[in-house]
Order: sequence, then C-alpha cells, then structure tokens
Amino acid sequence: MNVPAKNGPQEAAKPSVSPLNIDRPEKPYLDSDELIINMGPQHPATHGVLRVILKLDGEKVLGTECVIGYLHRGVEKIAENRTYTMFNPYVDRMDYVAAVSNGLGYCEAVEKLLNVEAPARAKYIRVILTELNRIASHQLWLGTHALDIGAMTPLFYTFRDREEILKIFEKYCGARLTTHAFRIGGCQYETYAGFEKEVKNFIAFVRPKIDEYEALLTTNRIWLERTKNVGVISGADCIALGVTGPVLRASGVKWDLRKAQPYAAYADFEFDVPVGTNGDTYDRYLVRMVEMRQSLRIIEQAVNGIPEGPIMGKVPKVIKPPVGEIYHSIEAPKGELGYFIVSDGSTQPYRVRVRPPSFVNLQALDLMVRGMLVADVVAVIGTLDIVLGEVDR
Amino acid sequence: MTEEVKTPAPQPPPEAAKTPAAEKPAVVAPAAPPKPAALAKPAGPVPGPWTSPLAEKYTKRFGSGVDPLTYLGQNYLSVDHSVVRDLLQLLREEDQFDYCVDITAVHYPKRERPFDVIWILYSFPRNERLRVKTQIADGEAVASSVPIWPTANWLEREVYDMFGITFEGHPDLKRILLPDGWKGHPLRKDYSILQQDKEWVQINLGIESGQ
Repeated sequence: MNVPAKNGPQEAAKPSVSPLNIDRPEKPYLDSDELIINMGPQHPATHGVLRVILKLDGEKVLGTECVIGYLHRGVEKIAENRTYTMFNPYVDRMDYVAAVSNGLGYCEAVEKLLNVEAPARAKYIRVILTELNRIASHQLWLGTHALDIGAMTPLFYTFRDREEILKIFEKYCGARLTTHAFRIGGCQYETYAGFEKEVKNFIAFVRPKIDEYEALLTTNRIWLERTKNVGVISGADCIALGVTGPVLRASGVKWDLRKAQPYAAYADFEFDVPVGTNGDTYDRYLVRMVEMRQSLRIIEQAVNGIPEGPIMGKVPKVIKPPVGEIYHSIEAPKGELGYFIVSDGSTQPYRVRVRPPSFVNLQALDLMVRGMLVADVVAVIGTLDIVLGEVDR
Repeated sequence: MTEEVKTPAPQPPPEAAKTPAAEKPAVVAPAAPPKPAALAKPAGPVPGPWTSPLAEKYTKRFGSGVDPLTYLGQNYLSVDHSVVRDLLQLLREEDQFDYCVDITAVHYPKRERPFDVIWILYSFPRNERLRVKTQIADGEAVASSVPIWPTANWLEREVYDMFGITFEGHPDLKRILLPDGWKGHPLRKDYSILQQDKEWVQINLGIESGQ
C-alpha cells in the first residue's frame, strides 16, 4: 500500500542519498505487499530437490506453486526400451526408501498380464519383506519429519532401528536399499537359514522401540504445538485431490488397498486399518505409528504361517505377455502405487505408466498450507511423506 | 530359478500382429525344456464384451459411442472422443466414481488416430475400478476433467508434457516434469530414448550434449 506522498515532513527532509550511501526505495520499508519467496530446490526440509514458490503476506502463506522434475530420469521411457525382466530393478529407483513395495507392484502387474500367479510361499515372503519395508519407510519418515520440526532425537532412534531391517534385506538379497527382491512370477531367493528367527527377533526388538518414539513425541508439548491443526485436509478434499495412503486415512476415510482389494497374501492376515479424525499433521503422525504396529502384526502372522513349497511360479523364461493392457495397484507406504502396462506381445512393454502416490499427494500441498505460517510448510511437506525420486520418476 | 533375458532386439512395435487363439492361457510353460525355438506364444485372452447394469446404462445413453469391454477381469469403456466429457461427468455424478486414480496416454504412431487417452477411475462406495479409453488424433484437444476431479490438474499436465496432448479448459496447462522451454514430447514413439533438446541443454547447462 502506498503512503500518501509529498506531504509529510520526513518526505521533505529526506536526502536523495542516504548517509549510508544506500539508495532508499520509493516505498516505505514496512508495507503490506505480497512477498514471493523461493524455497528449494536445495533445501534440507524439502526431502530432495523440490522447489516451492511461496506467496506470502508477512508470515502467512497465500499460495504455493511446486516446481518439480529435477530428478526426472524418464523411467517410463526406459521401460519401453527394456524387456520386462530388465525393467524390474529400475522401479526400485523411484521410491527408493520403499523399493520392495515398488517391486511388488510391478511384479504383480506383469504377473496379472501374463495371467500367472506366484506360489503361496513366494507371496508370504513378499508380504514379510514388503511390510518390513513399510516400517523402514515410516521410520525414515518419522526421523526426518521430526528433524524438520526441530526434534532431533527421533532421527537417531529411528535410523538405528531401521538398520536392523536393512540388515535383513542385505542378508536376503544382498542389497540394502534398491533391493530388487522379487522376480516376475515369484521370488528368486529362498529365505536364508535363520530368516524366520531373525524376523521374529526383530519384531520383539522393535515393538518397545515404537513405544520409545511415542514417548518422545506423542505428548511432547512442542510437538503438539507444531502439528495439531496444522495442514488440515478433509476426507472429501483428499478424495477429490486423489490423495491416498496415511494422509487419506488420517482424514477419516477408512480405505486401504490391502483390505479393499487384497493382493499378494493380505487376505490371509488380520490387521486393523487406523483412521484419524482431524486430518491434521498430528493425526497423520498417529496413523503412521499405528500402521507400524499393524505391520508387525502382519509380519508375525506371516512368519508363523509361512507355507512350504516352490517360490517361483510357472513363468516362461522369456516374458512375453499377450497383447493387452492391465492396471494393478498396491498400497505402498505413501499411498496407492499403480502400474498401467500395455503389452504388444513382444518382450518389451509397449507402455508402462506408473501412478506415483507421492506425485499425486504433493498436489494437496497448496490446499493444506494456505493460511498457515511459513514454518508449517516444512511440517506439511514432511507429513505428506513424499519421495522426490517417485514424484519426478 | 534363473531368468534368462534376451537382449532387446530393436524392433518396431508390431501392430496387433497376433490373433490370439481363444483357448485358455492356463498352461503357458510346456513340460519339455523350453528351447528358444519352441517359444510358446502365450495364447492370450481377448477382450470380451462386458455386461453389467452400468455398461448397459451407458450403451443405452450413448449408443455406439460407448463399447463396454472386459479383459482379465478388468472392465473398461472404449468410447468415442466426442462423448468423453459427458460420460466422465455422469460417471462422477450418477455412478459415484469419485476418485480419479490416473490419467495417461499411449502413442500408436501408425494408427489413424494415434493417441489413446485413458482415465482410470475408482469408486469408494462401490469398491470398483473402471477405465475409460478414447482415441484421439494428433493435435486434437480433449476436454479437461479438472472441473470434475481436481486431481486431474497435474495428471493432465504430465500427459501434455510427455505426449503433447492438450486439454481444453485446463486452468494452467504447462509442462510439469520437463523444463518450460523444452522442445518435444518424450513419450511419443518417434522420440528416441537418447534424443534430447540439444539447444536447451547448450543454452541452459552450457555443455555440448547431455549424453
């Protein structure tokens, strides 16, 4: 807003050049103009290379625009130039903190297209590893999200415990992050000796640890101040914006693909789907904490009931699905991860489309931070649990 | 079990060359050791007509503009591009398809109408998935579904970015993953995997080539 000019006493007394030799702007210093600031792409709280342009009124956010694509590697184009089998490791590089989930979605989609099914034992191994990966993903989310908000300790706790999961992955398939754990038709590797015991030990080890995380945060006053009523989104808005996963559930929509349309062996297990009520950052935190415990429940049932038998289905050596197209999606730690695959009958997919949960969820950022403070933007980016490798693909 | 991978021969996409036999595809791998020569072509199922109250409703309403099909247990409506806007609106309003999972496209360069645009929908109350598929010509615009599902905003931008398909009525149709000044649409089949916008790379990155 412009101050009425040329009638104030200061105006007359103002020298053309300030004593400090700084050119004074025409406008007074304190005005209420909107301010555009740039956050990222290199910013520790954006969890990768995300650039957000913020329109501010003082500390209040009026609007945002996300600029993405810094990590774009053309995964979908690569898929068209590789065979079905060769593309399998590439999917791990999308959501690299939940690589096992990506692989599960892809393998199941191709199996559907081939009209084959993985054997029961393979399905159980898949469930165990995928749920372990969900816990690892949530632990990483919790550590970094709390760090963004200012709580440093949970990061050390969660990374220490996540290490145990990575050790199991490493022993199973040799890799810690980009695991390439599954193959089209089943699993390549049989479980190693002592696998079941180690998984059981891990469950006993991590259960009290989750209580520890909660002891640090759930009733922590600073945590409550920073997360309660921050980034509120309603269930209807979530559905309209296509937001899935823990964010959707925290807004009160009880929907989990593992229950709604069970895949792998999820129909065999008992587990609860946690829902929140307020749809704020705190509820999303609580939902993910319960999800970790429910994942442990699933793993426990799976390890105890793991059947004997082959781990590879009847898949031809050269994967050549018949002409057709398929959409298959799974409940990844971030939300609905879908694969739309078109086959032209050759060894290479004609088209692979990945429906990335992080990409779609990120779209809700603008709605969630409007009217909030700049510091809340950091909290909301954290609570959305995005992985930029998956946003940009 | 080992998986052998053939090096991908650079082959042009055959356009529906195989006529799949109508037999069931249950047994794919023969008992005999599969020699490369004896590569059993998996006899694929063919999309069959899909009958349901929903399919009937829309064939009645739009006549030949809508072809309800089903493939491997997944249902889709293959529709004429002129009815897409009305159809999507009705699916949202009357049939509770309240969640637009994904919007994507496929390029078939040899076809008269070279692009398939696909909407993947889901209904929370019905717990049901449905795909809507239409064919459009190069340069032809599709009605934007942002007024129906706000989530379509970024999804349509990505389709525009990757295929150059425009969506009429989109609030802010611009590139999303590639830089704004980029030339070309990489997921078109005539865009080679090694191709880049050299000019953009030279101006913005100051290097001769990104390869």
